[in-house]
Amino acid sequence: MSRISSTYQALRQQNRKALVTFVTAGDPNPQVTPDIMQALVRHGADLIELGVPFSDPMADGPVIQRANERALEQGVALANVLEMVEQFRRFDSQTPVILMGYLNPVEIFGYEEFAGTAAAAGVDGVIIVDMPPEEAALLNRHLRARGLDQIFLVTPNTTERRIETIAGIASGFLYYVSVKGTTGGKQADALDVSEKLRLVRSKTDLPLAVGFGIKDAGTAAQVAGYCDAVVIGSALVETIHIAATAGADIAAEIGSFISPVRFSLDKAA
Amino acid sequence: MTVPDSQGHFGMYGGRFVAETLIEPLEELTRAYEKYIQDEDFLAEFDRDLKTFVGRPSPLYHAHRWSGKLAGAQIYLKREDLNHTGAHKVNNTVGQALLAKRMGKSRIIAETGAGQHGVATATVAARLGLECVVYMGAEDIRRQAVNVFRMKLLGAVVEEVTSGSQTLKDAMNEAMRDWVSNVDDTFYIIGTVAGPHPYPVLVRDLQSIIGRETRQQCLEATGRLPDALVACVGGGSNAIGLFHPFLEDASVRLIGVEAGGLGLPTGRHAAPLSAGKPGVLHGNRTYLMEDEHGQIQPTHSISAGLDYPGVGPEHAWLKDSGRVEYVAVNDAEAVAAFHDLTRTEGIMPALESSHALAHVMKIAGQLDSEETVVINLSGRGDKDIETIADMEGITL
Repeated sequence: MSRISSTYQALRQQNRKALVTFVTAGDPNPQVTPDIMQALVRHGADLIELGVPFSDPMADGPVIQRANERALEQGVALANVLEMVEQFRRFDSQTPVILMGYLNPVEIFGYEEFAGTAAAAGVDGVIIVDMPPEEAALLNRHLRARGLDQIFLVTPNTTERRIETIAGIASGFLYYVSVKGTTGGKQADALDVSEKLRLVRSKTDLPLAVGFGIKDAGTAAQVAGYCDAVVIGSALVETIHIAATAGADIAAEIGSFISPVRFSLDKAA
Repeated sequence: MTVPDSQGHFGMYGGRFVAETLIEPLEELTRAYEKYIQDEDFLAEFDRDLKTFVGRPSPLYHAHRWSGKLAGAQIYLKREDLNHTGAHKVNNTVGQALLAKRMGKSRIIAETGAGQHGVATATVAARLGLECVVYMGAEDIRRQAVNVFRMKLLGAVVEEVTSGSQTLKDAMNEAMRDWVSNVDDTFYIIGTVAGPHPYPVLVRDLQSIIGRETRQQCLEATGRLPDALVACVGGGSNAIGLFHPFLEDASVRLIGVEAGGLGLPTGRHAAPLSAGKPGVLHGNRTYLMEDEHGQIQPTHSISAGLDYPGVGPEHAWLKDSGRVEYVAVNDAEAVAAFHDLTRTEGIMPALESSHALAHVMKIAGQLDSEETVVINLSGRGDKDIETIADMEGITL
């Protein structure tokens, strides 16, 4: 069983919700990313999404856009991100790592080459934001051949028929984007989320994660009741950026930010 | 093989590489496009607007003196510069705005580089009473102050984009982000034959009026089809508009001219077909200017309208199939052509179109005086006189 599936299964048995944390690889600098990943786990993250920097992050709001720019200024490429995962794996063989980003760096790397290198580095899954299932068949085949999950997004305006299509090709879990918008934008309406998630749930047995617009313990707790996992991204990226700029202890700031979210999720469950 | 397929693929190019939130709006747009492009009332209204608002048909002008000077083929200019707002861009915005109205959208957004598409969009939005927001890179706002003011006079809100390289590609990213956030009431008018399906076919079909008129006008003027068609290629809408009705005519040579900037070997250009490689950006797979890690590269061209790292997927397909030849012309050659046409014919071409003119200056001598070449004069050059003055050290 994959690390992603076993993580969700273990949490389900404990009746706990998964906390998925997103950080941009290479921000504030490439050396510190593996430490940041470890700090996330120490303070309660169950899965890690590692953002692969791209010059044109069309689905991201200003916070993650800037994080991409900072990483790119330091020359962080997909190959470097895979090295960061490899480093992290020396200290952590349990926590699932999912790469999240845009297609073009993967396209240039080559699908087969990417799947092989990512699997060897210890990556468990991939989210390509600008690759809907209709365009994903070839990459999906290479990822599966290497035991990697391809995770797809479902949004408030995804039709019932498409949910079925997406559920048919996805593995690992489904990522429900709770708002129509970019990352770090407006807050999700818990009622809308619950209705749509009920529909999604009726179409798949995959774990359901909710992201976009979840920024703290309060918003995480609101949606936790309807899903298996919450994803927290922009607010965390901003916390790390502020800490780095101020010269503060990044791991400690991550702890102060993540711990209450973990606490509220466990309480909600 | 018919292109594109039902999902907008031109061979390996095109497609729909967007975030999930945009799939349903693109489906909705595709359904509307497929319905109205065959709808008699829609087509009649589009036709009427092109006649009475845009001023079509645009003339096909025989450049006698310039032809004589170049001592080669007979050169004809398709005068898209005479359209309302001064370029071919308005053919597309008029059509898409009519579509927006029929789809019940109350808000229009667009991206713009030089400002020509932004002005053409603000123009049709004003006419139909639609709210209009135009995204424009901070760098371009600085370079194109007159067009920014024009858009504001027309009632549009010009949103300054400060992310990335602060130019056209970033404006397009920002327009996509707006669309993702406001899909219910918003129509995104893309200005070129790039972007996710159905934009490349939608914009092509709306711009094909250029080629259809040219075909008829050429037959009237010379009794036969032209020997060659030449157009500049940034995103590629004026070129596709001219070429498309001639794709099946094997005798007609088709040449697309990209922006060679400071020269292809310098890397400072905007010529993805001539010097780039395939990748995925802005919703489609096509030739891109990108580094070895797949990051999109900054571009350079003296002409803001060609300053874009990608190109429409149909051009990528036409390049690989060999049906269209793609070449690049550098800044200095384009500026020389700008001056030459201005002085010889009394027509001041846009710097974009000047790239096509410059290539014809290069090849005219190899052509027979009986041969006919049609150049798409896609826009007028008034907008560029500040750039020209700057180059010559003149303060206006």
